[in-house]
Amino acid sequence: MANWIDACAADDIEAEDVIRFDHAGRTFAIYRSPDDQYFCTDGLCTHEKVHLADGLVMEHTIECPKHNGQFDYRTGEATRLPVCVNLATYPVKLADGRLLIEI
Amino acid sequence: MAGIVIAGGGDCGMRAAFAARDQAYMGVITVVATEPGLPYERPPLSKPGVDGAVETPICTLVQLQESKIDLLSGVSVQSEDRAVRRVTLSNGASLGYDKLLLATGATPRKLACMGGELALPLRSLKDTQRIYAAATPRARVVVIGAGLIGMELAAVLVARGARVTVLEYGPRPLGRNVPESLAARITDRHLAEGVDILCNVQIAEVTQTEAVLADGRSIPSDLVIAAIGVVPNTALAQAAGLAVENGIRVDGLLRSTDPNIFAAGDCANVLCEDAVHRRFETWQNAQTQGDIAGRNMAGANLQFGGSVRFWSDQFDLGLQAVGETTGQASAIRRMGAGTELHFYLDRHARLVGAAGLGLGNAIAKDIKLAQKLIEATLPLEAALLADPTTNLKRMLRPMAAS
Repeated sequence: MANWIDACAADDIEAEDVIRFDHAGRTFAIYRSPDDQYFCTDGLCTHEKVHLADGLVMEHTIECPKHNGQFDYRTGEATRLPVCVNLATYPVKLADGRLLIEI
Repeated sequence: MAGIVIAGGGDCGMRAAFAARDQAYMGVITVVATEPGLPYERPPLSKPGVDGAVETPICTLVQLQESKIDLLSGVSVQSEDRAVRRVTLSNGASLGYDKLLLATGATPRKLACMGGELALPLRSLKDTQRIYAAATPRARVVVIGAGLIGMELAAVLVARGARVTVLEYGPRPLGRNVPESLAARITDRHLAEGVDILCNVQIAEVTQTEAVLADGRSIPSDLVIAAIGVVPNTALAQAAGLAVENGIRVDGLLRSTDPNIFAAGDCANVLCEDAVHRRFETWQNAQTQGDIAGRNMAGANLQFGGSVRFWSDQFDLGLQAVGETTGQASAIRRMGAGTELHFYLDRHARLVGAAGLGLGNAIAKDIKLAQKLIEATLPLEAALLADPTTNLKRMLRPMAAS
């Protein structure tokens, strides 16, 4: 059964940026793309468990704040070493200005 | 077919091996790694877990097999014969090569004083295990050298309950590569956490129970650590008659004076875009140069450029810097919660370096943007850089600015 969690207001995230969202002992990263689409992935880099929300979003890429590992946050695909394990992604929907994620 | 041989199984050598495959290299790739076991990352060594040293493998055996990379661990390259393109290994075997990469890294500088051999270095997993095993709570630890490694170790060891004294030959900690005011903040934090730091001191002797200073003072110690920098491993290159000067001299393509032999990482002194040779000792540089050397050995034609970045975590403070950060900062941006960024502009108002300090990874994003601004070589206004409301990403894309 779908479990949609109210994460934040859509306006809490600037375009081409990311914020951290913690829920029930888990941590997520929620992204707003340059064209105002929203995406959600696991919050920690698959390489060294660093919070991705401290990283840099450029276009559709998130770069880990510590190493130079990169993911496409739309698909979770690891796109640059040293990361080689993909990120889990979660559906996001926009309702009344709020972002809901399905986890 | 002789293929690619890589001397060195650290971050740089392993990255080169995978990069050559990414470049669609079809030949044999052999990595000759001095240390036994699977290659591991070095940055985590100065950041132990509760049980001591953390071993983070660079790759899995499966990944090596998938990329058809032959790893010879516990073996080193003893000599090379450039005329016939062959290396001789420490186990008596020999390997032919089409291209050879020297990614031999660096060795901690040894303490030259009496008893200097008693001071433990920090480079390998084994070194780390010895240090953390000896630095029990209440143990008296003397760290010689207040550079990044010495200060990171001091932070970690004092947090584990050891009583730590740092001895520094120079006038202040982190004097080599950290802007003075940021270094002062990190130093103050160490003092507040109970680390003793003595600057302008010289070490005269190390014994089992004390470190003796040149002025006669004695610091009781159960453990002495030497963190006084590294020396590039160039013996192999030297014996082969390659140009060596503060590392193995290579051009922008990372080729040595023999076009079939490349060098990268800590051991390489690289010709940079401004025609100056530089040798870097950072993880990111090992990765970047490893990548370039691997691809170039596989037929690419990539130039080393860009700027080198490093980070250091001490207590809950995160320091990051990129490029040239010497002299007076052109602009300082303060962003609350003690987060600050220092920008360095050249005489054409182009960014050449940035350094930042904040809690955790607070400045990571901005340092990455600074790196992109450096690479964009756009003229920038110091006042805008100093203003925390200026979006650095917009400065990167002046055409798109609204």
